Amino acid sequence: MTDTNMTTMTRTAAAPAARATLPPPVRFRFWAWLWGDKRALISLAYLSILILAAVFAPVIAPYAPNKQNLMDLLAPPSGAHWLGTDDLGRDTLSRLIYGSYNALYAASLAVGIGVAIGVPLGVFIGFVGGWIDQVGSRIIDGVLAFPPLVLAVAVTGALGIGLTNAMIAVGFAFAPVLARTMRAQTLVVKNALYVEAATGFGASRLHLILRHILPNAIQPVIVEVTLMLAVALLAEAGLSFLSLGVQPPESSWGGMLARAYHYVEVAPEQMYAPGFAILFTALAFNTLGESIRVLLDPTIKRK
Amino acid sequence: MMYGVPGMVAQRLMQLVPVMIVATFVVFSLVYMMPGDPAMMIAGDYATAERIAEIRHIYGFDRPMLMQYFFWLGNAVQGDLGHSLFSNESVLRLILARLPHTVLLVLYALVLGAVFGIPLGILAATRQGTTLDKVITSIASLGVAVPSFWLGIILVTLFSLGYRWFPATGAVSVFEKPLESIYYATLPAIALSTSVVAVLARQVRSALLEVLGSQYIRTLRAKGLSSGAILWKHGLRNVAATMLTIAGLQVNRLFSSAVIIEAVFAIPGVGNLISYSALNKDFPVVQGVALVLVLVVILTNLLVDVLNATFDPRVAASA
Repeated sequence: MTDTNMTTMTRTAAAPAARATLPPPVRFRFWAWLWGDKRALISLAYLSILILAAVFAPVIAPYAPNKQNLMDLLAPPSGAHWLGTDDLGRDTLSRLIYGSYNALYAASLAVGIGVAIGVPLGVFIGFVGGWIDQVGSRIIDGVLAFPPLVLAVAVTGALGIGLTNAMIAVGFAFAPVLARTMRAQTLVVKNALYVEAATGFGASRLHLILRHILPNAIQPVIVEVTLMLAVALLAEAGLSFLSLGVQPPESSWGGMLARAYHYVEVAPEQMYAPGFAILFTALAFNTLGESIRVLLDPTIKRK
Repeated sequence: MMYGVPGMVAQRLMQLVPVMIVATFVVFSLVYMMPGDPAMMIAGDYATAERIAEIRHIYGFDRPMLMQYFFWLGNAVQGDLGHSLFSNESVLRLILARLPHTVLLVLYALVLGAVFGIPLGILAATRQGTTLDKVITSIASLGVAVPSFWLGIILVTLFSLGYRWFPATGAVSVFEKPLESIYYATLPAIALSTSVVAVLARQVRSALLEVLGSQYIRTLRAKGLSSGAILWKHGLRNVAATMLTIAGLQVNRLFSSAVIIEAVFAIPGVGNLISYSALNKDFPVVQGVALVLVLVVILTNLLVDVLNATFDPRVAASA
């Protein structure tokens, strides 16, 4: 019973009114939760600002990201350039703002691909079981054995260098992690009484998976996905640092660090802004993930 | 049927066979992920038709895929990982010359991670809810989120360019000058170890809290055992397996981060080799490094399992 309560709680107001016999669904009060969990509040506020900055970059950024001012190379922070300029005289703040778009795009793409491959695969092998599960699980183990970034570098090299390919590669490394979680959850849920009842009523396999198993098994994946956004962000920064990700002259935080590192003896202050941007964003995703974990886990007592 | 540790090792080795098959197949099929004709991709833009035909033959693209896989695997098992497309050097020799640098770095980071992470975790668990606990947990959150290569850059700026305590870049062979090689590896190892410190501190804290909250610890406490004795004799002994397992899992992450850290510190390890080769489409080298590293990780996991079984008879018995 706890399982059904949990889903009605998280499904917000979308639950249909047809289940007259059940107690009214407990509405999940998002704002109350957010107000009660200050870390989640701060993380979400930061991420919202970042998303807005990424979307409205052309409006917010004081300069065009590739506009060079050759009279003002590696300038320290000033009134005209709040965070200084890089080795080509480009405004660091503007590049940081434009870089946020690539960072968020990269993180969502990698995690999206991981989900698109991993979740259906995990549900499928967990639901069908038998030799398909055996084979599927061994495949998952085999891909999981790779150091993720080594696999990502190798796959990027194969697919061709560039941000989108690099993030496909990272998503490929994420997929087995999600598949494993999803499989384990499916195994737990598929033997639950309500699934058995639905089977008794003659529900089709597809109906069982979509209506009963997926909604009840997805919760740990939601937490994992949020935490993975941080990992993907760090991977994008790393791959762009190695010039396997975002290609110049497009701006990315990792690429900015690579350039700043070249001139670290001349303009050491150039390496702080992109680094902190990566750190804070990763921290926000992680903190949000932990808050969601606490929210969804009935065994952890909340105040 | 064998029992105890040998039985467990035999069982694990059996389980490794399918994992190895999948891992090697992934490495093999990297060539097939290339868009278009892989032979033409490998040969490059200015290759002659003969060169393309030659590469097609070297890789065996004219044969069925499964045949090619077994052909490739057969060669790999004999240590023939092909030749670099640029220098024509043996891939295996290229890797073996660079692997010690990476392994030293990863081991060094692992040791640092354990030396700092485990005590921090114990400290946080035994002082749960205090300011110290909160400080440690916060540092751990930062440690997971900080990009290790950025930390590397900051360390270089502070301690190499600023104080000149450590060399900024480069590495020394561990076989020729062991002490100097450790000195050279110190800054990169510190940068690498932050995530290990953070993860270990967190995991040790939560594992220890769980053990300390269990029934038998409550019984021991009721019997009047001092909290020190409870922690050292019963608490830590029961989280040792968790620590070892978590530390083993970090090896995988460390090889990942090493790819970038080696670029920051210009360390001629396999991480640098694979990213450089990926940029230059030197495919046999990319495949070779991926293969060797996945084998290293698989064997590390096996080692962790064996160690766990040796120290904890319950693990061996359950196998």
